Amino acid sequence: MKKFIGNSLALAGFIIIMTVLLAAILAPIISPYDPNFIDIESILIAPSYTHIMGTDGLGRDVFSRMLYGAQISLLVGFVAVGISTGIGIILGSIAGFYRGWVDSFIMRIVDIMLSIPSFFLILAVIAFLTPSIWNIMIVIGLTSWMGVTRLVRAEFLSLRGREFVMASEAMGSSDVKIILLHLLPNSMTPIIVSSVLGIASAVLVESGLSFLGLGVQAPTASWGNILTDGKEYIQFAWWLSLFPGLAILLTVLGYNLLGEGLRDILDPKNK
Amino acid sequence: MITYLIKRILWMFPMLIGISLISFFIMHLAPGDVTSTEASFNPKASEESRQKLREIYNLDKPVIVQYGLWIKRISQLDFGNSFASHQRPVLWEEKDKNGNISKGLIQEALPITLLINLLGITVIFSISIILGTLSAVKQNSWVDKSITLFVFIGFAIPGFWLALLLMYWTGVSNQWLPISGLHSMNYQNLSLLGQFLDLTKHLILPVFVSSLSGLAGISLYVRNGMLEILNQDFITTARSKGLNEKKVVFIHALKNAILPLITIIGLSIPALIGGSVISESIFAIPGMGKLFYDSVLMRDFPVVMGILTIGSVLTLLGNLIADLGYAWADPRIRKGITK
Repeated sequence: MKKFIGNSLALAGFIIIMTVLLAAILAPIISPYDPNFIDIESILIAPSYTHIMGTDGLGRDVFSRMLYGAQISLLVGFVAVGISTGIGIILGSIAGFYRGWVDSFIMRIVDIMLSIPSFFLILAVIAFLTPSIWNIMIVIGLTSWMGVTRLVRAEFLSLRGREFVMASEAMGSSDVKIILLHLLPNSMTPIIVSSVLGIASAVLVESGLSFLGLGVQAPTASWGNILTDGKEYIQFAWWLSLFPGLAILLTVLGYNLLGEGLRDILDPKNK
Repeated sequence: MITYLIKRILWMFPMLIGISLISFFIMHLAPGDVTSTEASFNPKASEESRQKLREIYNLDKPVIVQYGLWIKRISQLDFGNSFASHQRPVLWEEKDKNGNISKGLIQEALPITLLINLLGITVIFSISIILGTLSAVKQNSWVDKSITLFVFIGFAIPGFWLALLLMYWTGVSNQWLPISGLHSMNYQNLSLLGQFLDLTKHLILPVFVSSLSGLAGISLYVRNGMLEILNQDFITTARSKGLNEKKVVFIHALKNAILPLITIIGLSIPALIGGSVISESIFAIPGMGKLFYDSVLMRDFPVVMGILTIGSVLTLLGNLIADLGYAWADPRIRKGITK
């Protein structure tokens, strides 16, 4: 914990993420307006005391929409990375533990997945399904597990020859027990770091998709689709572009700082 | 070297089969069959083209047969015709009954995207080497710290937001640069030099936006690589020989730090191609990314499938070139292979 506070990068990242988390949790309480309430009498009002981030083209309060957008961004980040980390741990464990043809087979699938431009893949899937927040999360998760798989496999390969693993094997522990009790706990650092960094890129992908109109669908607010409005009104309503863009930038920055910081903190070489 | 080359090229075939399997699987995600449910949302899909689609994908036959026939068509580079865009061929030009040539959609879009990405890679390569080296040589100075800050922001900034801000700042409020498209209205009347300058002006923003995150990543990579190399024995030897620091850094260390970049740039090709969707659709540039986006919006399946396949093949080729370039540039590998 001391090290955590000493590491200013990690601390800065942590504070940013906590702020977003609080904004998302408290959205129903602190948002001054209903995020989807259309008020044609207050269209495109500049930031003021009544609307601290102004209103959009339908007279909706941007601050309230930003708070609810934080919920979407967190949800997408965590669920998508949950899926990709889950797949990565399972496939990486199998490949690293059993080696041989199973390993080659899994690693070839990884190579193939990596050679398809992932944003194309995501868009193609969404073209065939209907865009919805659940589809987005699943698709981002299913197209980003390759890095974790490689990491887990590499960790397993280097751990398998170590004495404590061989001892456990000699004592007749089952494969599952060795994987769950010995190999995985010792591979946690890179998994955690890559998950945190993965959340950052999931947030970016979601906002990009929503910006293109293929992500979170109206009227649900997401930072990406608030920016779509911002593009429409960029000449007369700067606040519609500035706040959601800054929110995405800071959130992604937060996860990246936290991830890099954790890498330093959790690295046993730095002890 | 030659055995390596042959092995490396042969290896592409199983990869291609894998890619085609994934693409084929995605095509079958559509509820019902591709022609009925989803295509009916597309008013431009005529009954005729739907019938043609059913034929192309042989939807009445078992899945395995469908896959086999699809592969057969694709290996003959037949990607069918677009639903929209006057049913133009997806990949390459075709002559119709009256002898009119209609150009392929990918044929027109691909050179533009390649141009932007090649320029992007050049920018990334040259600037990140300078930034990374500066950062490493002046480790922990304010130069290093501001470059690190730039790297973190470059990673985190959403490309579409940056594009929007730059478009507004340079195009709308100051009118320094054109905000969209590839050419000005009077492009045809300009001299050759004028056309070149016009194109350059139109490309500045898209190339900058599409290379920023790569720039950040690779600067960091060069910095860390340089730091590691500057601590190695041969550098200490070079220094103790009395070589001046500039020679040590720029000749001895840099050569070794740049080498892995060839592979890294090869690996970043999918991200570059994928990223073209956002920058091209914002700046209205008629490349692969915009074509893909428009086709997704119109549920123009033949084009979506065509671009997905061609994009992946390009990635494979890019990786191949990068691997060969690496093998050629690194004497350790070059000699090891010839043995």
